[in-house]
Amino acid sequence: MSENIENIPNNEANSNQESSEASRRKFLKFGVLAAGLTVVGGGLQKAFSDDTKKDTSGKKVKVMTTDGKLMEVDVSHIKPAAHCCSSSKESREGIPGKKFVMVIDLSRCKDALKCQKACQKHHLLPEQDKWLKVFKMQETEETAPYWMPKPCLHCDKPPCVKVCPVDATFKRSDGIVLIDNERCIGCRFCMAACPYSTRVFNWEEPKVPEAFANATYSPETSVPRKKGTVEKCDFCPDMLRQGKLPHCVAACPNGVYYFGNRNEDMVTNGDETVSLSQLLKDKAGYRYLEALGTEPSVYYLPPANRIFPFKDREVEGEKPKENTEKKG
Amino acid sequence: MRDIIKPKNDAESIEMLHKFNQDMLPHKFGKLGKAWVVFLLIVIAFGLYNYTKQLRFGLSVTGLGDTVSWGIYISNFVFFVAISLVGSLITAVLRLLGISWRSPITRIAEVIAVASIVFAGLIIIVDMGRPDRLLNMFMYGRIQSPIVWDVIVVMTYMSISVLFLYFPLLPGIAYCRDHLKNIPKWQKWMYKFLALNWQNRRGQYELVKKAETILAIMIIPVALSIHTVTSWLFETTFRPGWDSTNFGAYFVSGAFMLGAGGVVCAMYILLRFNPKFNQYITFKHFDRMGRLLVLLSLIYFYFTVNEYMMPGYKMKGDEAAHLTELFAGKYAFMFWGVQIVGMIIPICLLFFKRFRKPFPMFIISICVIVGAWFKRFLIVIPTMLHPFLPMQEITEASKVYNPTLPEWSITAASLAGATLIITLFVRYFPIISIWELAEERGVDHDLIYEHLND
Repeated sequence: MSENIENIPNNEANSNQESSEASRRKFLKFGVLAAGLTVVGGGLQKAFSDDTKKDTSGKKVKVMTTDGKLMEVDVSHIKPAAHCCSSSKESREGIPGKKFVMVIDLSRCKDALKCQKACQKHHLLPEQDKWLKVFKMQETEETAPYWMPKPCLHCDKPPCVKVCPVDATFKRSDGIVLIDNERCIGCRFCMAACPYSTRVFNWEEPKVPEAFANATYSPETSVPRKKGTVEKCDFCPDMLRQGKLPHCVAACPNGVYYFGNRNEDMVTNGDETVSLSQLLKDKAGYRYLEALGTEPSVYYLPPANRIFPFKDREVEGEKPKENTEKKG
Repeated sequence: MRDIIKPKNDAESIEMLHKFNQDMLPHKFGKLGKAWVVFLLIVIAFGLYNYTKQLRFGLSVTGLGDTVSWGIYISNFVFFVAISLVGSLITAVLRLLGISWRSPITRIAEVIAVASIVFAGLIIIVDMGRPDRLLNMFMYGRIQSPIVWDVIVVMTYMSISVLFLYFPLLPGIAYCRDHLKNIPKWQKWMYKFLALNWQNRRGQYELVKKAETILAIMIIPVALSIHTVTSWLFETTFRPGWDSTNFGAYFVSGAFMLGAGGVVCAMYILLRFNPKFNQYITFKHFDRMGRLLVLLSLIYFYFTVNEYMMPGYKMKGDEAAHLTELFAGKYAFMFWGVQIVGMIIPICLLFFKRFRKPFPMFIISICVIVGAWFKRFLIVIPTMLHPFLPMQEITEASKVYNPTLPEWSITAASLAGATLIITLFVRYFPIISIWELAEERGVDHDLIYEHLND
């Protein structure tokens, strides 16, 4: 039973889709599933945070199995599904035939931070460690600022991978740069080498929710997180293996993120599926700090149509905006 | 401090050998020496205590964060690697150049080199997030990583340095084995074990000399490599301040200057606590070391100008923010202090003979050493504080870097540890190579072989 449950965020952007393209269908399946599972969210949250062992609470929730059956179970019996468990060796090989790319349309980003929220939640990250950062950027004093979400750019010539002394961080055939936290020695050379401030370090023993403490570690999930090692955005390869979109892409209400396979020249933001090359051409796509020669897999579309006057975030970096781990 | 006396005949030569032996024989420390050792042990113990804390709670006990992910552990590592270069300079370079006055100070330089390179290795393990996975370096080492290069050259340098210290020391250990009475059993055993059955035979000396020549030639490229590769740890990144083609030469020249300062400092302390040494480490040695130090400082000055003046002239984009912080910002006081007190003033003073006397030289060497430590702080930390992307979406704590007490304590312990090795070496071994000194003074080889161990 428990294996059938996915803890997927409620997602308006994806809930009412009727797919037409075949390439899209796969991605969107999970959106429908997400809608069905919305009701479970609250119960799962409880299961995450409340680990007292009781037999039955008497409180029932409805959950949906992966084959679409609606079931009713006792709250106390709900356990979060094990993350997918590609072994360290499997994780080093990419998904065959894929070359994942992301396009971030800066003209659409309104700092909703739903992407970050989903990311923090699914990777069980604490408030202070953000794999996905949304920067407030401003070229000059005369120009209006804009928001720039920045995941790991998964460079094709990754400076971080080059300097790793133990092959703990590696580049896969599908373009993803991953970290094996069971091999990382914590020298932090990759953090010094990365020009994009992408990598974060587990300075202390990470607080792993009890439900995940005994999960089998996989570089594709980074769960459970490990003290003294480096981690970063991983493009959610566990989701990709299931043919689903990364959490940030799925969560964005503004269609900022396009994600897809460069080999097919197709990217989708959940709402629309477009040709990658056409999109980059039409909207003058570029890559961040291209001059460094790192060849990122993440493209940006320029921040046209900036909001003016610019609405700043409430208190930059101070007020906890989300802490999904222990809610409820 | 007397002038150097050369023996006129065999009888004088033998007498000189005996006198050398008597003077060099290690002996128990006085009160001050003991207090010094206790002080070092306390510093080390406190550092070890804090390291256990770090092992338990992770690197969170340090002031490091995701922005400044390399801090004083790394700058201290660079300092250790730098000062260890002196072993190759004094022992190998001066030896191959046939500089005649080097004998009394070669061993001092080698001990400093060995002690620092050992602690360079240890402090880098302290900096690791997962020291328990140290063996991964050997199991999964990838040759394209500069860290692997560094591990290789540091271990090679350590091995060569230990041998370079050890081989010429054999006659000295044998002398201690045969002549030190009333010493504890373990000490006797140590001398016996370490002397490798040294019998003062001609063949043994010839082997040692041959080995020394080979090591002297080997150690120079390896010594240049250790510090060049250490500079590459930074230079291989894109970061402003590290992205410099000048880095290798800049690091090596700085290291030679620091190393010479270290030797001067040790020379003075030795003299101060064992007046017998003033017949061996003379005014002449301070004068010559002063000249050497001023030459090395000028070379370093040249590369420093290259390192900061040209980027400072252009003030290119990201580089500008970093340089402004150094020249006129938060780190300006430290930056100019290090340049002026740690380099300019020593150069100016050492031009004058009156400052190439023991005490002024000692003060100057302290300025050089302390300046060099903070110089390395300035190489590592301000650059980390200037990432390409703005410092947003991180905690306030990780936007600044303030080393914590455990961090300082562990760093201090490493410095104390290296000092303790040097101190204990002086306590248990002859710090000046008697046979090499005798050769330098013109004592016949045969007389040395025959009478050194009388």
